Amino acid sequence: MTEPTGFNHLLKRLGYETSGGFGEEKKIVILLSLAAVLFITASVAVVLGTYNITVAEVYHTIFTHLTFGDVESLPKLHNTIVWDIRVPRIILATSVGGALAIAGAIFQGVFRNPLVEPYILGVSSGAAFGAALGIVFPTIFFSIQVFAFAFGALAVTLAYLLARSRGETPIVTLILAGVIIGSIFSALVSLLKYLSDDTALREITFWLMGGFYYATWNDVILLAPVVIISFFILWSLGWKLNVLSMGDDEARALGVNPEKYKFVVIALATAITAFAVSLVGIIAWVGLMMPHASRMLLGPDNRFVLPASLMMGGCYLIVCDTLARTLTTAEIPVGILTSILGAPYLCYLLRSKGRVIFG
Amino acid sequence: MHFRYGSFPVLSGVSFSVGKGELCGLFGPNGSGKTTLFKCCLRFLHAERGRVMVHNEDISRCNIEHLARLVAYVPQEHKPPFPYLVREVVLMGRTPHLGGFFGIRRRDREIAMDALATLGISDLADRPYNQLSGGQRQMVLMARAIAQDTPLLFLDEPTSALDFQNQMRIWEIMRDVAGEGKTILACSHDPNHVAWFCDRVVVVGDGTVVAEGPPEDVISEAVLGEIYQDVCSVRMLDGVQMVMPRCVAERNGKQESSRPLHDALFVGACGEVDAGT
Repeated sequence: MTEPTGFNHLLKRLGYETSGGFGEEKKIVILLSLAAVLFITASVAVVLGTYNITVAEVYHTIFTHLTFGDVESLPKLHNTIVWDIRVPRIILATSVGGALAIAGAIFQGVFRNPLVEPYILGVSSGAAFGAALGIVFPTIFFSIQVFAFAFGALAVTLAYLLARSRGETPIVTLILAGVIIGSIFSALVSLLKYLSDDTALREITFWLMGGFYYATWNDVILLAPVVIISFFILWSLGWKLNVLSMGDDEARALGVNPEKYKFVVIALATAITAFAVSLVGIIAWVGLMMPHASRMLLGPDNRFVLPASLMMGGCYLIVCDTLARTLTTAEIPVGILTSILGAPYLCYLLRSKGRVIFG
Repeated sequence: MHFRYGSFPVLSGVSFSVGKGELCGLFGPNGSGKTTLFKCCLRFLHAERGRVMVHNEDISRCNIEHLARLVAYVPQEHKPPFPYLVREVVLMGRTPHLGGFFGIRRRDREIAMDALATLGISDLADRPYNQLSGGQRQMVLMARAIAQDTPLLFLDEPTSALDFQNQMRIWEIMRDVAGEGKTILACSHDPNHVAWFCDRVVVVGDGTVVAEGPPEDVISEAVLGEIYQDVCSVRMLDGVQMVMPRCVAERNGKQESSRPLHDALFVGACGEVDAGT
């Protein structure tokens, strides 16, 4: 290892082993590389756009802001495009991608099923209903985001309560409850679509496909800290999540209270999913694919899968969103791209590594 | 240590105690409630009535974290959906002793690797656990229980999927662990294993204790006849008690024995000896 000893010491404090045949140094290097890839992707994405600004000008603008330099001296248009549009959009994409990917990893671990995605408990359907309410009845439901979040969280709460009996929440019941609640909210969304006029219908449809069109610094300031804090909490529970993914009885025998930790991690994962969805709409596949990709790279240990998911999810959404805003003159909803790029990837996984990953 | 448990209909009034450092065999026919008993003791299931006492402490009151430092459990069979490596699975046995952020110290890893070495399966350390055979998984779970380092171990048929050599190895390991002062409660379906290796045997049938005591007293034709409806005969071979199917004992008792004895031993329970010992 070429890292300074202080860094090694930190890793050891965190419980990672840097020597002794546990092979974790390789995984740490992969994690650091992923962080570098994320940074590079973001740096490239910020330069790309329909409006041509030279690389030097882009970085000059960002550098001036980061060093609290003289912002007034920058060209106004460049400043707006780079600092007020592209940068927050990229950070938002990273946060959303990271949030969905972490939530996916969590849900897959808790439900002991590698085919689960973060929307399994109905958070997306609930959020869609909340958003549709906000779009169709703007006077009563004043904010699309607030109601998308509220109904997303409500849907999962309902599913959890529905599945809970005699102090236990069996996983199969929970998934079934999620499907039931999800379908109810989907039906309600359809009802609203049926009732709404053309403009509202169009807006609902666009919202459902997801996108970062209106990304602002306000969104970033709301979402990014929540995602980061949740990530650190969940990451610290990584080992417990490993034990939890062995099954409820196993977890109990190993001293991990399954009900307690299931509740904590599902609540956190749901919160960040609902939050992300309420800001940018429903973006599919990230939460399913990225945990898989992380597991392929690093093995199933969630202490590595969670940070890797965060970075790969962020990376993937930056790529998809950059494509969405640069491929054509009009923007493509990013949900379409994530699915189009994601489905073949899952096919590849299924064909090549299916037996290893899907059991 | 005192176990008392009562529930209807699987377990109706099972009550027995195991002394410290004893290797106690739990023996009984299929469906007699052995696994249920384990699960109640570990609080996977809630006992309708009854208590489980460990060192005069009622473990139905203590929390899961504390319980996992007292009792390790080896389940019959289990397959996780994710390809955890064997050493990660064994390291999970250290979970109740961890603290801090991830809390895994080098010492925990060493204990995990030592447990693998004890079982003689260090070569499996880097294999994905869910791709192993049933017998190999059982060895790994045993290693995990040893890594968990608890004063009490519950083993649910720890040798059911193992080959003859590994069965003997597991029983020898259990003897060693009991020799260190730890208490083991292991259930098994092989009366010979129980008779050969256990300090005490508790025979359960129909949710109650049929017999308990030292194996030479308990593994008798009378007790086995009661739980297995007269299919067993008990013979002595070189001073070692052997249980064999009655049909085999009778068939060979009528014939004059001509095969060498060690051959008989390795066929397992179907030995041939002089009838009427």
